Amino acid sequence: MAELSFNVDHGYLEGLVRGMKAGILTSTDYHNLAQCDTLEDMKLHLQSTDYGKLLSSSEEDLTVSFVDSKLRENLVTEFSCLRSNALPPLSTFLDYITYNYMIDNVVLLITGALKQRDVEELLPRCHPLGAFDQMAAVGIARTPTELYSAILVDTPLAPFFQDAVSEINLDEMEVEILRSKLYKAYLESFHTFCKNIGGATKDTMCPILEFEADRRAFIITVNSFGTDLSSADRSALYPSCGKLYPEGLQLLAKAEDHEQVKAVADCYPVKLNTLAFMQQFHFGVFYSYIKLKEQESRNIVWISECVTQRQKSKIHNYIPIFQGTK
Amino acid sequence: MNGHAILYTGVTLAFWSTILIVGICYTIFDLGFRFDVAWFLTETSPFMWASLGIGLAISLSVVGAAWGIYITGSSIIGGGVKAPRIKTKNLVSIIFCEAVAIYGIIMAIVISNMAEVSSEHLLLIMIQKKRYSMFGAGLTVGFSNLFCGICVGIVGSGAALADAQNASLFVKILIVEIFGSAIGLFGVIVAILQTSKVKMGD
Repeated sequence: MAELSFNVDHGYLEGLVRGMKAGILTSTDYHNLAQCDTLEDMKLHLQSTDYGKLLSSSEEDLTVSFVDSKLRENLVTEFSCLRSNALPPLSTFLDYITYNYMIDNVVLLITGALKQRDVEELLPRCHPLGAFDQMAAVGIARTPTELYSAILVDTPLAPFFQDAVSEINLDEMEVEILRSKLYKAYLESFHTFCKNIGGATKDTMCPILEFEADRRAFIITVNSFGTDLSSADRSALYPSCGKLYPEGLQLLAKAEDHEQVKAVADCYPVKLNTLAFMQQFHFGVFYSYIKLKEQESRNIVWISECVTQRQKSKIHNYIPIFQGTK
Repeated sequence: MNGHAILYTGVTLAFWSTILIVGICYTIFDLGFRFDVAWFLTETSPFMWASLGIGLAISLSVVGAAWGIYITGSSIIGGGVKAPRIKTKNLVSIIFCEAVAIYGIIMAIVISNMAEVSSEHLLLIMIQKKRYSMFGAGLTVGFSNLFCGICVGIVGSGAALADAQNASLFVKILIVEIFGSAIGLFGVIVAILQTSKVKMGD
Protein backbone atom coordinates (compact mmCIF):
# COMPACT_ATOMS: atom_id res chain seq x y z
CA MET A 1 0.00 0.00 0.00
CA ALA A 2 2.98 2.22 -0.38
CA GLU A 3 1.54 3.83 -3.49
CA LEU A 4 -1.36 5.28 -1.55
CA SER A 5 0.63 7.48 0.74
CA PHE A 6 4.06 7.83 -0.84
CA ASN A 7 3.19 10.81 -2.97
CA VAL A 8 1.99 12.92 -0.04
CA ASP A 9 5.49 13.59 1.15
CA HIS A 10 7.79 12.47 -1.60
CA GLY A 11 5.92 12.66 -4.90
CA TYR A 12 7.44 15.92 -6.04
CA LEU A 13 10.98 14.86 -5.22
CA GLU A 14 10.57 11.55 -6.98
CA GLY A 15 9.36 13.34 -10.10
CA LEU A 16 12.30 15.71 -9.81
CA VAL A 17 14.93 13.01 -9.47
CA ARG A 18 13.49 11.08 -12.38
CA GLY A 19 13.69 14.23 -14.46
CA MET A 20 17.33 14.62 -13.45
CA LYS A 21 17.98 11.01 -14.33
CA ALA A 22 16.80 11.78 -17.84
CA GLY A 23 19.75 14.14 -18.08
CA ILE A 24 22.35 11.43 -17.51
CA LEU A 25 24.55 11.03 -20.56
CA THR A 26 23.69 8.17 -22.89
CA SER A 27 25.97 6.04 -24.99
CA THR A 28 25.58 8.33 -28.01
CA ASP A 29 26.81 11.23 -25.91
CA TYR A 30 29.78 9.22 -24.73
CA HIS A 31 30.52 8.26 -28.30
CA ASN A 32 30.56 11.90 -29.31
CA LEU A 33 32.77 12.78 -26.40
CA ALA A 34 35.18 10.02 -27.27
CA GLN A 35 35.60 11.45 -30.75
CA CYS A 36 36.88 14.76 -29.42
CA ASP A 37 40.45 15.79 -29.78
CA THR A 38 40.80 18.48 -27.19
CA LEU A 39 39.06 19.50 -24.02
CA GLU A 40 37.59 22.49 -25.82
CA ASP A 41 35.73 20.12 -28.11
CA MET A 42 34.46 18.21 -25.14
CA LYS A 43 33.22 21.39 -23.60
CA LEU A 44 31.33 22.14 -26.79
CA HIS A 45 29.69 18.73 -26.77
CA LEU A 46 28.80 18.95 -23.13
CA GLN A 47 27.01 22.20 -23.71
CA SER A 48 24.18 20.45 -25.47
CA THR A 49 23.52 18.18 -22.49
CA ASP A 50 22.34 19.06 -19.03
CA TYR A 51 25.84 20.25 -18.21
CA GLY A 52 25.49 23.16 -20.59
CA LYS A 53 26.01 26.13 -18.38
CA LEU A 54 28.60 24.57 -16.14
CA LEU A 55 31.80 24.80 -18.04
CA SER A 56 31.10 27.75 -20.26
CA SER A 57 30.94 30.39 -17.59
CA SER A 58 34.53 30.33 -16.43
CA GLU A 59 37.80 31.81 -17.53
CA GLU A 60 40.14 29.41 -15.80
CA ASP A 61 42.24 26.94 -17.67
CA LEU A 62 40.34 23.93 -18.75
CA THR A 63 42.13 21.12 -16.96
CA VAL A 64 40.86 17.72 -16.07
CA SER A 65 40.78 18.44 -12.36
CA PHE A 66 38.76 21.55 -13.05
CA VAL A 67 36.22 19.52 -15.01
CA ASP A 68 36.11 17.03 -12.17
CA SER A 69 35.48 19.65 -9.52
CA LYS A 70 32.77 21.31 -11.60
CA LEU A 71 30.98 18.00 -12.06
CA ARG A 72 31.19 17.33 -8.38
CA GLU A 73 29.85 20.78 -7.58
CA ASN A 74 26.92 20.11 -9.88
CA LEU A 75 26.12 16.89 -8.08
CA VAL A 76 26.29 18.61 -4.73
CA THR A 77 23.92 21.35 -5.86
CA GLU A 78 21.38 18.84 -7.08
CA PHE A 79 21.71 16.77 -3.95
CA SER A 80 21.21 19.71 -1.60
CA CYS A 81 18.17 20.74 -3.62
CA LEU A 82 16.72 17.30 -2.95
CA ARG A 83 17.81 17.18 0.64
CA SER A 84 16.46 20.56 1.63
CA ASN A 85 13.00 19.65 0.39
CA ALA A 86 12.89 16.19 1.89
CA LEU A 87 10.72 14.99 4.76
CA PRO A 88 11.45 12.03 6.98
CA PRO A 89 11.97 9.20 6.28
CA LEU A 90 13.38 10.38 2.97
CA SER A 91 15.62 12.88 4.77
CA THR A 92 17.10 10.12 6.88
CA PHE A 93 17.66 8.08 3.75
CA LEU A 94 19.49 10.93 2.02
CA ASP A 95 21.56 11.49 5.14
CA TYR A 96 22.62 7.89 5.02
CA ILE A 97 23.93 8.50 1.53
CA THR A 98 26.09 11.32 2.81
CA TYR A 99 27.56 9.29 5.67
CA ASN A 100 29.52 7.34 3.09
CA TYR A 101 31.36 10.49 2.07
CA MET A 102 31.70 11.68 5.62
CA ILE A 103 33.57 8.55 6.57
CA ASP A 104 35.97 9.10 3.70
CA ASN A 105 36.50 12.70 4.74
CA VAL A 106 37.20 11.83 8.37
CA VAL A 107 39.73 9.21 7.41
CA LEU A 108 41.39 11.61 4.98
CA LEU A 109 41.70 14.25 7.67
CA ILE A 110 43.08 11.84 10.23
CA THR A 111 45.68 10.59 7.77
CA GLY A 112 46.61 14.14 6.95
CA ALA A 113 46.97 15.04 10.58
CA LEU A 114 49.26 12.09 11.11
CA LYS A 115 51.56 13.31 8.40
CA GLN A 116 51.61 16.76 9.93
CA ARG A 117 49.88 18.33 6.99
CA ASP A 118 48.02 21.54 7.44
CA VAL A 119 44.31 21.11 7.82
CA GLU A 120 43.60 24.01 5.50
CA GLU A 121 45.30 22.16 2.68
CA LEU A 122 43.15 19.13 3.12
CA LEU A 123 39.74 20.72 3.45
CA PRO A 124 39.25 21.47 -0.25
CA ARG A 125 40.10 17.87 -1.04
CA CYS A 126 37.29 16.54 1.05
CA HIS A 127 34.20 15.44 -0.75
CA PRO A 128 31.65 18.21 -0.37
CA LEU A 129 28.72 15.82 0.02
CA GLY A 130 30.26 14.61 3.25
CA ALA A 131 30.88 17.94 4.86
CA PHE A 132 30.04 18.41 8.49
CA ASP A 133 30.61 21.19 10.92
CA GLN A 134 33.56 20.07 12.93
CA MET A 135 35.75 18.96 10.06
CA ALA A 136 38.56 21.36 10.73
CA ALA A 137 38.85 20.28 14.32
CA VAL A 138 39.33 16.63 13.44
CA GLY A 139 42.90 17.23 12.41
CA ILE A 140 43.91 18.47 15.81
CA ALA A 141 43.07 15.47 17.91
CA ARG A 142 45.84 13.07 18.78
CA THR A 143 44.21 10.03 20.28
CA PRO A 144 40.98 8.36 19.23
CA THR A 145 39.26 8.92 22.55
CA GLU A 146 39.97 12.61 22.33
CA LEU A 147 38.72 12.58 18.77
CA TYR A 148 35.55 10.87 19.80
CA SER A 149 34.66 12.72 22.94
CA ALA A 150 35.56 16.16 21.73
CA ILE A 151 34.34 16.16 18.18
CA LEU A 152 32.63 13.18 16.76
CA VAL A 153 29.98 12.82 19.41
CA ASP A 154 28.09 15.65 17.81
CA THR A 155 28.26 14.36 14.29
CA PRO A 156 25.95 11.76 12.82
CA LEU A 157 28.88 9.36 12.63
CA ALA A 158 28.91 8.86 16.40
CA PRO A 159 27.08 5.51 16.51
CA PHE A 160 29.45 4.07 13.93
CA PHE A 161 32.45 4.94 16.04
CA GLN A 162 31.26 3.08 19.07
CA ASP A 163 32.36 -0.28 17.77
CA ALA A 164 35.62 0.92 16.40
CA VAL A 165 37.10 3.27 18.91
CA SER A 166 38.14 1.01 21.69
CA GLU A 167 41.06 -0.79 20.16
CA ILE A 168 42.80 1.55 17.88
CA ASN A 169 45.98 3.55 17.99
CA LEU A 170 46.43 6.13 15.35
CA ASP A 171 49.01 5.00 12.89
CA GLU A 172 49.20 4.41 9.20
CA MET A 173 47.72 0.99 8.71
CA GLU A 174 45.29 1.28 11.56
CA VAL A 175 43.56 4.16 9.82
CA GLU A 176 42.50 1.85 7.03
CA ILE A 177 41.17 -0.58 9.57
CA LEU A 178 39.26 2.29 11.14
CA ARG A 179 37.77 3.13 7.77
CA SER A 180 36.75 -0.49 7.20
CA LYS A 181 35.15 -0.77 10.59
CA LEU A 182 33.25 2.46 10.19
CA TYR A 183 32.09 1.41 6.76
CA LYS A 184 30.93 -1.93 8.08
CA ALA A 185 28.88 -0.30 10.83
CA TYR A 186 27.46 2.20 8.34
CA LEU A 187 26.43 -0.45 5.81
CA GLU A 188 24.75 -2.60 8.39
CA SER A 189 22.87 0.31 9.85
CA PHE A 190 21.74 1.42 6.38
CA HIS A 191 20.64 -2.12 5.57
CA THR A 192 18.53 -2.34 8.74
CA PHE A 193 17.00 1.03 7.97
CA CYS A 194 15.98 -0.04 4.47
CA LYS A 195 14.58 -3.28 5.79
CA ASN A 196 12.48 -1.38 8.31
CA ILE A 197 11.00 0.81 5.62
CA GLY A 198 10.00 -2.35 3.84
CA GLY A 199 8.12 -2.65 0.57
CA ALA A 200 9.67 -1.66 -2.70
CA THR A 201 12.47 0.28 -1.02
CA LYS A 202 13.62 -2.86 0.68
CA ASP A 203 13.35 -4.87 -2.53
CA THR A 204 15.51 -2.55 -4.52
CA MET A 205 17.94 -1.19 -1.92
CA CYS A 206 18.83 -4.39 -0.13
CA PRO A 207 20.35 -6.11 -3.18
CA ILE A 208 22.34 -2.95 -3.92
CA LEU A 209 23.62 -2.74 -0.37
CA GLU A 210 24.37 -6.41 -0.23
CA PHE A 211 26.36 -6.11 -3.42
CA GLU A 212 28.23 -3.17 -1.89
CA ALA A 213 28.96 -5.21 1.21
CA ASP A 214 30.31 -8.08 -0.85
CA ARG A 215 32.42 -5.73 -2.90
CA ARG A 216 33.95 -4.31 0.30
CA ALA A 217 34.67 -7.80 1.51
CA PHE A 218 36.52 -8.58 -1.71
CA ILE A 219 38.49 -5.34 -1.58
CA ILE A 220 39.49 -5.92 2.02
CA THR A 221 40.61 -9.44 1.24
CA VAL A 222 42.65 -8.44 -1.77
CA ASN A 223 44.21 -5.49 0.04
CA SER A 224 45.23 -7.54 3.01
CA PHE A 225 47.18 -10.11 1.05
CA GLY A 226 50.37 -8.18 1.30
CA THR A 227 50.10 -7.21 4.93
CA ASP A 228 50.20 -9.27 8.05
CA LEU A 229 46.59 -8.92 9.01
CA SER A 230 45.46 -12.14 10.57
CA SER A 231 42.38 -13.86 9.23
CA ALA A 232 40.48 -13.37 12.48
CA ASP A 233 41.04 -9.64 12.24
CA ARG A 234 39.99 -9.70 8.65
CA SER A 235 36.71 -11.42 9.35
CA ALA A 236 35.93 -8.77 11.92
CA LEU A 237 36.08 -6.22 9.17
CA TYR A 238 33.60 -7.81 6.79
CA PRO A 239 30.14 -6.24 6.79
CA SER A 240 27.67 -8.93 7.65
CA CYS A 241 24.78 -7.95 5.48
CA GLY A 242 26.05 -9.21 2.17
CA LYS A 243 24.99 -12.32 0.29
CA LEU A 244 28.29 -13.92 1.16
CA TYR A 245 27.40 -13.99 4.83
CA PRO A 246 28.23 -16.27 6.59
CA GLU A 247 29.79 -19.13 4.70
CA GLY A 248 31.41 -17.08 1.97
CA LEU A 249 32.97 -14.79 4.52
CA GLN A 250 34.60 -17.66 6.29
CA LEU A 251 35.97 -18.93 3.03
CA LEU A 252 37.29 -15.50 2.22
CA ALA A 253 38.92 -15.19 5.58
CA LYS A 254 40.88 -18.32 4.91
CA ALA A 255 41.78 -17.40 1.36
CA GLU A 256 45.41 -16.70 0.85
CA ASP A 257 45.78 -15.78 -2.76
CA HIS A 258 43.89 -14.50 -5.76
CA GLU A 259 42.78 -17.81 -7.19
CA GLN A 260 40.91 -18.74 -4.08
CA VAL A 261 39.18 -15.38 -4.04
CA LYS A 262 38.08 -15.84 -7.62
CA ALA A 263 36.67 -19.22 -6.75
CA VAL A 264 34.51 -17.67 -4.07
CA ALA A 265 33.17 -15.02 -6.41
CA ASP A 266 30.68 -16.76 -8.64
CA CYS A 267 28.47 -14.61 -10.81
CA TYR A 268 27.31 -11.46 -9.08
CA PRO A 269 25.25 -8.94 -10.97
CA VAL A 270 26.60 -5.51 -11.76
CA LYS A 271 23.81 -3.44 -13.16
CA LEU A 272 21.71 -3.26 -10.04
CA ASN A 273 21.51 0.48 -9.98
CA THR A 274 19.66 0.87 -13.24
CA LEU A 275 17.06 -1.63 -12.11
CA ALA A 276 16.02 0.62 -9.26
CA PHE A 277 14.41 2.98 -11.74
CA MET A 278 11.96 0.34 -12.92
CA GLN A 279 9.72 0.66 -9.88
CA GLN A 280 7.84 3.69 -8.73
CA PHE A 281 7.10 5.00 -5.25
CA HIS A 282 10.24 4.07 -3.36
CA PHE A 283 13.49 5.62 -2.21
CA GLY A 284 15.85 3.50 -4.24
CA VAL A 285 15.69 5.99 -7.10
CA PHE A 286 17.48 8.62 -5.03
CA TYR A 287 20.37 6.35 -4.08
CA SER A 288 20.74 5.00 -7.59
CA TYR A 289 20.66 8.46 -9.09
CA ILE A 290 23.56 9.65 -6.92
CA LYS A 291 25.62 6.58 -7.70
CA LEU A 292 24.93 6.77 -11.43
CA LYS A 293 25.85 10.45 -11.48
CA GLU A 294 29.11 9.62 -9.79
CA GLN A 295 29.79 6.92 -12.32
CA GLU A 296 29.05 9.42 -15.05
CA SER A 297 31.49 11.92 -13.53
CA ARG A 298 34.13 9.23 -13.45
CA ASN A 299 33.39 8.39 -17.07
CA ILE A 300 33.70 12.00 -18.17
CA VAL A 301 36.94 12.46 -16.25
CA TRP A 302 38.30 9.25 -17.76
CA ILE A 303 37.44 10.41 -21.24
CA SER A 304 38.97 13.83 -20.67
CA GLU A 305 42.15 12.25 -19.30
CA CYS A 306 42.39 10.07 -22.36
CA VAL A 307 41.84 13.06 -24.59
CA THR A 308 44.49 15.18 -22.93
CA GLN A 309 47.00 12.37 -22.96
CA ARG A 310 46.12 11.34 -26.49
CA GLN A 311 45.57 7.73 -25.60
CA LYS A 312 42.68 6.99 -27.85
CA SER A 313 42.92 3.26 -27.49
CA LYS A 314 41.92 3.27 -23.87
CA ILE A 315 39.11 5.74 -24.28
CA HIS A 316 36.42 3.10 -24.56
CA ASN A 317 37.06 1.65 -21.14
CA TYR A 318 34.33 3.70 -19.54
CA ILE A 319 31.16 2.01 -18.31
CA PRO A 320 28.11 3.13 -20.30
CA ILE A 321 25.03 3.63 -18.20
CA PHE A 322 22.06 3.89 -20.50
CA GLN A 323 21.68 2.68 -24.03
CA GLY A 324 20.03 5.89 -25.12
CA THR A 325 17.64 6.37 -27.96
CA LYS A 326 17.69 10.16 -27.78
CA MET B 1 6.85 3.98 13.23
CA ASN B 2 6.97 2.28 16.55
CA GLY B 3 4.58 4.82 18.04
CA HIS B 4 2.00 4.22 15.34
CA ALA B 5 2.16 0.47 15.80
CA ILE B 6 1.58 0.81 19.52
CA LEU B 7 -1.34 3.17 18.93
CA TYR B 8 -3.06 0.88 16.46
CA THR B 9 -2.65 -2.25 18.55
CA GLY B 10 -3.88 -0.39 21.61
CA VAL B 11 -6.99 0.90 19.91
CA THR B 12 -7.83 -2.49 18.40
CA LEU B 13 -7.32 -4.19 21.72
CA ALA B 14 -9.52 -1.69 23.55
CA PHE B 15 -12.28 -2.03 20.96
CA TRP B 16 -12.42 -5.80 20.96
CA SER B 17 -12.15 -6.13 24.71
CA THR B 18 -15.04 -3.70 25.20
CA ILE B 19 -17.21 -5.71 22.87
CA LEU B 20 -16.20 -8.95 24.53
CA ILE B 21 -16.88 -7.69 28.03
CA VAL B 22 -20.25 -6.17 27.08
CA GLY B 23 -21.25 -9.40 25.37
CA ILE B 24 -20.23 -11.51 28.36
CA CYS B 25 -22.14 -9.25 30.74
CA TYR B 26 -25.27 -9.42 28.62
CA THR B 27 -25.07 -13.20 28.57
CA ILE B 28 -24.39 -13.56 32.28
CA PHE B 29 -27.13 -11.23 33.42
CA ASP B 30 -29.66 -12.62 30.99
CA LEU B 31 -30.04 -9.31 29.27
CA GLY B 32 -29.68 -10.81 25.80
CA PHE B 33 -33.04 -9.48 24.75
CA ARG B 34 -31.60 -6.00 24.69
CA PHE B 35 -29.49 -6.84 21.68
CA ASP B 36 -32.37 -6.61 19.22
CA VAL B 37 -31.65 -6.14 15.56
CA ALA B 38 -35.28 -6.17 14.45
CA TRP B 39 -36.18 -3.41 16.88
CA PHE B 40 -33.30 -1.34 15.54
CA LEU B 41 -34.32 -1.80 11.93
CA THR B 42 -37.99 -1.06 12.46
CA GLU B 43 -37.72 1.78 14.91
CA THR B 44 -35.14 3.93 13.19
CA SER B 45 -36.44 6.61 10.94
CA PRO B 46 -36.27 5.92 7.23
CA PHE B 47 -34.72 9.29 6.76
CA MET B 48 -31.60 8.18 8.62
CA TRP B 49 -30.89 5.57 6.01
CA ALA B 50 -31.63 7.89 3.14
CA SER B 51 -29.45 10.64 4.54
CA LEU B 52 -26.64 8.23 5.27
CA GLY B 53 -26.81 7.09 1.67
CA ILE B 54 -26.62 10.61 0.36
CA GLY B 55 -23.77 11.49 2.73
CA LEU B 56 -21.75 8.43 1.83
CA ALA B 57 -22.25 8.98 -1.87
CA ILE B 58 -20.78 12.44 -1.91
CA SER B 59 -18.17 12.12 0.80
CA LEU B 60 -16.54 8.88 -0.33
CA SER B 61 -16.50 10.08 -3.93
CA VAL B 62 -14.77 13.28 -2.91
CA VAL B 63 -12.22 11.34 -0.84
CA GLY B 64 -11.45 9.17 -3.86
CA ALA B 65 -11.15 12.14 -6.18
CA ALA B 66 -8.95 14.06 -3.75
CA TRP B 67 -6.66 11.10 -3.20
CA GLY B 68 -6.25 10.61 -6.93
CA ILE B 69 -5.62 14.28 -7.58
CA TYR B 70 -2.86 14.63 -5.03
CA ILE B 71 -1.11 11.45 -6.15
CA THR B 72 -1.11 12.60 -9.77
CA GLY B 73 -0.52 16.26 -9.03
CA SER B 74 2.67 15.83 -7.06
CA SER B 75 4.16 13.64 -9.77
CA ILE B 76 3.22 16.10 -12.51
CA ILE B 77 4.84 18.95 -10.61
CA GLY B 78 8.00 16.97 -9.93
CA GLY B 79 8.32 15.76 -13.48
CA GLY B 80 7.47 19.16 -14.89
CA VAL B 81 10.62 20.74 -13.46
CA LYS B 82 12.90 19.03 -15.94
CA ALA B 83 10.37 18.41 -18.72
CA PRO B 84 7.97 21.35 -18.85
CA ARG B 85 6.11 20.05 -21.88
CA ILE B 86 4.21 17.50 -19.80
CA LYS B 87 2.32 20.05 -17.79
CA THR B 88 -0.68 20.75 -19.98
CA LYS B 89 -1.07 17.27 -21.42
CA ASN B 90 -1.19 15.61 -18.04
CA LEU B 91 -4.03 17.74 -16.79
CA VAL B 92 -6.18 15.15 -18.52
CA SER B 93 -5.38 12.75 -15.69
CA ILE B 94 -6.55 15.30 -13.17
CA ILE B 95 -9.75 15.74 -15.12
CA PHE B 96 -10.39 12.00 -14.97
CA CYS B 97 -10.05 12.10 -11.19
CA GLU B 98 -12.31 15.10 -10.96
CA ALA B 99 -14.98 13.30 -13.00
CA VAL B 100 -15.20 10.80 -10.16
CA ALA B 101 -16.26 13.53 -7.76
CA ILE B 102 -18.83 14.73 -10.27
CA TYR B 103 -20.38 11.26 -10.43
CA GLY B 104 -20.71 11.37 -6.69
CA ILE B 105 -22.43 14.70 -6.59
CA ILE B 106 -24.86 13.74 -9.36
CA MET B 107 -25.84 10.61 -7.50
CA ALA B 108 -26.24 12.52 -4.26
CA ILE B 109 -28.63 14.95 -5.94
CA VAL B 110 -30.57 12.14 -7.60
CA ILE B 111 -30.95 10.25 -4.32
CA SER B 112 -31.90 13.31 -2.35
CA ASN B 113 -34.68 14.11 -4.81
CA MET B 114 -36.31 10.84 -3.81
CA ALA B 115 -36.15 11.38 -0.08
CA GLU B 116 -39.37 13.28 0.20
CA VAL B 117 -41.95 13.05 2.91
CA SER B 118 -44.92 11.34 1.38
CA SER B 119 -47.89 10.64 3.54
CA GLU B 120 -49.73 8.52 1.05
CA HIS B 121 -47.49 5.49 1.07
CA LEU B 122 -47.63 4.03 4.52
CA LEU B 123 -47.09 0.46 3.62
CA LEU B 124 -44.13 -0.75 5.64
CA ILE B 125 -42.58 -2.71 2.87
CA MET B 126 -42.59 0.20 0.51
CA ILE B 127 -40.88 2.41 3.01
CA GLN B 128 -38.29 -0.20 3.77
CA LYS B 129 -37.46 -0.78 0.14
CA LYS B 130 -37.24 2.91 -0.44
CA ARG B 131 -34.88 3.72 2.38
CA TYR B 132 -32.62 0.72 1.99
CA SER B 133 -32.35 1.30 -1.74
CA MET B 134 -31.20 4.82 -1.12
CA PHE B 135 -28.67 3.73 1.45
CA GLY B 136 -27.44 0.96 -0.81
CA ALA B 137 -27.17 3.22 -3.80
CA GLY B 138 -25.18 5.74 -1.81
CA LEU B 139 -22.85 3.06 -0.54
CA THR B 140 -22.34 1.62 -4.03
CA VAL B 141 -21.46 4.85 -5.72
CA GLY B 142 -19.36 6.03 -2.79
CA PHE B 143 -17.05 3.05 -2.57
CA SER B 144 -16.73 2.48 -6.27
CA ASN B 145 -15.77 6.12 -6.78
CA LEU B 146 -13.31 5.93 -3.90
CA PHE B 147 -11.35 3.11 -5.48
CA CYS B 148 -11.75 4.48 -8.96
CA GLY B 149 -10.25 7.79 -7.88
CA ILE B 150 -7.28 6.11 -6.23
CA CYS B 151 -6.72 3.91 -9.28
CA VAL B 152 -6.80 6.78 -11.75
CA GLY B 153 -4.48 8.75 -9.48
CA ILE B 154 -1.80 6.10 -9.30
CA VAL B 155 -1.95 5.41 -13.04
CA GLY B 156 -1.90 9.14 -13.77
CA SER B 157 1.22 9.55 -11.67
CA GLY B 158 2.92 6.81 -13.66
CA ALA B 159 1.76 8.44 -16.88
CA ALA B 160 3.26 11.79 -15.90
CA LEU B 161 6.64 10.33 -15.03
CA ALA B 162 6.75 8.19 -18.16
CA ASP B 163 5.74 11.13 -20.31
CA ALA B 164 8.62 13.13 -18.90
CA GLN B 165 11.04 10.49 -20.15
CA ASN B 166 9.46 9.58 -23.47
CA ALA B 167 6.65 11.56 -25.02
CA SER B 168 5.19 8.70 -27.04
CA LEU B 169 4.20 6.76 -23.94
CA PHE B 170 1.54 9.14 -22.72
CA VAL B 171 -1.26 8.11 -25.05
CA LYS B 172 -0.75 4.42 -24.32
CA ILE B 173 -0.96 4.91 -20.56
CA LEU B 174 -4.01 7.12 -21.06
CA ILE B 175 -5.85 4.06 -22.35
CA VAL B 176 -5.17 2.32 -19.04
CA GLU B 177 -6.56 5.36 -17.26
CA ILE B 178 -9.73 5.28 -19.33
CA PHE B 179 -10.36 1.70 -18.27
CA GLY B 180 -9.74 2.70 -14.70
CA SER B 181 -12.27 5.48 -14.77
CA ALA B 182 -14.82 3.13 -16.32
CA ILE B 183 -15.15 1.33 -13.00
CA GLY B 184 -16.46 4.49 -11.41
CA LEU B 185 -19.04 4.65 -14.13
CA PHE B 186 -20.14 1.09 -13.33
CA GLY B 187 -20.85 2.17 -9.77
CA VAL B 188 -23.00 5.05 -10.97
CA ILE B 189 -24.97 2.81 -13.30
CA VAL B 190 -25.71 0.26 -10.59
CA ALA B 191 -26.72 2.98 -8.17
CA ILE B 192 -29.13 4.48 -10.69
CA LEU B 193 -30.67 1.06 -11.22
CA GLN B 194 -31.11 0.64 -7.50
CA THR B 195 -32.88 3.94 -7.07
CA SER B 196 -34.96 3.72 -10.22
CA LYS B 197 -37.01 0.94 -8.63
CA VAL B 198 -37.89 3.34 -5.87
CA LYS B 199 -39.63 5.62 -8.27
CA MET B 200 -41.43 2.76 -9.91
CA GLY B 201 -42.48 1.34 -6.56
CA ASP B 202 -44.39 4.50 -5.83
